[in-house]
Amino acid sequence: MNANIRRNILVLSGLLLTAVLLGLIKGAVKIPLQDLLSAANQPILNMRLLRIITAILAGCGLAVSGIALQAILRNPLAEPYLLGTSSGAGLAAVIAVILGISHIYLPLAAFAGAIASMIIVYNLAKEGTRISDRSLILAGVIVSIALSALIVFLVSIFGNLALHEMAWWLWGSMQVYDYRLVGLVAIPVIAGIIAIYFFSQDLNAISMGEEEAKHLGIDTQNMKKILIFVTALITASLICICGIIGFVGLIVPHMMRIIVGPNHKVLIPVTCIAAAVFMVACDMLSRTLFAPVEIPIGVITAVIGAPVFIILLKKCKRI
Amino acid sequence: MASLLSIENICGGYGRKNVVNNISLDVNEGDVLGLIGPNGSGKTTLLRLATRILQPHEGSILFRQKNIYTMHLKEFCRNVAFVAQDIGTNFSFTVMEIVLMGRIPHLKRMQFETKKDIQIAEDALQVTASLHLKDKMIDELSAGERQRIIIARAIAQEPRLLFLDEPTSHLDIGHQIQILDLLKKLNREQNVTIVMVQHDLNLAGCYCNRIALLDSGTVYKQGTPEGVLTYQNIEAVYKTIVLVNENPITKKPNIVLVPGDKICEPR
Repeated sequence: MNANIRRNILVLSGLLLTAVLLGLIKGAVKIPLQDLLSAANQPILNMRLLRIITAILAGCGLAVSGIALQAILRNPLAEPYLLGTSSGAGLAAVIAVILGISHIYLPLAAFAGAIASMIIVYNLAKEGTRISDRSLILAGVIVSIALSALIVFLVSIFGNLALHEMAWWLWGSMQVYDYRLVGLVAIPVIAGIIAIYFFSQDLNAISMGEEEAKHLGIDTQNMKKILIFVTALITASLICICGIIGFVGLIVPHMMRIIVGPNHKVLIPVTCIAAAVFMVACDMLSRTLFAPVEIPIGVITAVIGAPVFIILLKKCKRI
Repeated sequence: MASLLSIENICGGYGRKNVVNNISLDVNEGDVLGLIGPNGSGKTTLLRLATRILQPHEGSILFRQKNIYTMHLKEFCRNVAFVAQDIGTNFSFTVMEIVLMGRIPHLKRMQFETKKDIQIAEDALQVTASLHLKDKMIDELSAGERQRIIIARAIAQEPRLLFLDEPTSHLDIGHQIQILDLLKKLNREQNVTIVMVQHDLNLAGCYCNRIALLDSGTVYKQGTPEGVLTYQNIEAVYKTIVLVNENPITKKPNIVLVPGDKICEPR
């Protein structure tokens, strides 16, 4: 690891620490720094800490899934929801709300919907035993559009009640209503990130082309199937606790590729820290900008992410 | 000499169509075998079959008496490496990162490169006279430098057999000779057997000890450069008139092309 990368990691870690501290003290109720550890603030602090942990999990999980999909499909527009997980989860959640299923089972319904739509997309893209990249992208887009249309259809039939309930699913929120759920979701997300990290060298090879990777002894079809499954598991699990958060999985990997280069052994850890900083900061803004009203975090990630990315792109001229 | 790779009655291509039709060919240990033939004669398809990118419709290919299609892919790639025409410049890996990818077949899952792998990669760069490019980005390099890096990556794979698909087609004459000299050195000093597709018949004649001339998916002729590169064979396969004399330095066949308007029609 060279000095440049070490410096980047150091700077990002510093930023993460700052973001976490700010996330703890800022909010509808401001806690002065010196009172941070006093017993009176404990409940608020615990709640915020849980949100921060959720934000870090979501940032890392989505960004690393984005990296993996961008590499195996060699498509810069690939993102974690490419496999239709978001609209599948959204549709299942809408149906659950309409059927009057209570809050605790809602995340389960969303998870099932996400996995079901991934299975549909995967099977549509299958040609014999092969997975074709182009078919996978097209199937993902088509299934997403069809399911989104169904969501709109159901919402317009069943009125505003369902729509209101849906808003946070579709734009994301860090509002945690069950800490056990966060613990449960952390397991597949962390395991998935570690699994993807072990594919670093294979991801390097496949990002130069599928045949190039095969010439280096990589069973690319097998690798693609594993990574599609792992990324779907990560995104579907995250949808359960924070809904759909766009942009992180698309933009943060590109930003870090511009800064540290395409070597996944470096790119994955650096992106994890950067995505954590980004999400913790966005969550803090979503709580504080119009407090006590909370803005969906997906709005913040898009509003901040887009200009930052454009500046980086203009400065460096390549993705 | 023992046969390293035997291609036995292989048929294959894209979809159901056969581009390669019943080819049998032996590659001996220590050979530099040149595959020549017109566009569409099946040279590249034969390479893709022999490197397992394509599955054959019929026939088999044996590497040291083992069927390559049932071999473990990583084991195969520890023995056989491939160098493409050009890898393009669509990414900004460093040279070292690219060459280290050649170690992938030697690594187990969940295993990262060790100091030894880095040493092997540096040695490969040394052999290809590219160690000074180590920390450069691959997209900053010239075509000739890039080709040396790709060959270095193949060397890092430590193969016994190296396939190359038109390794010099993008290069000027100076770099063509540089790359082919390098391959010759590899062949002599490290006993790497080489099979390359070559469009330049003169270069194929100079650098290969055996040549296979392909025509519409079959081997039209194979043997020594002197035996294959005759005007009768070339005219029959390439449908063009050539003059063959002797290169005064290498004593190998030298093919002279004849423009269409210089051909005297029989009266």
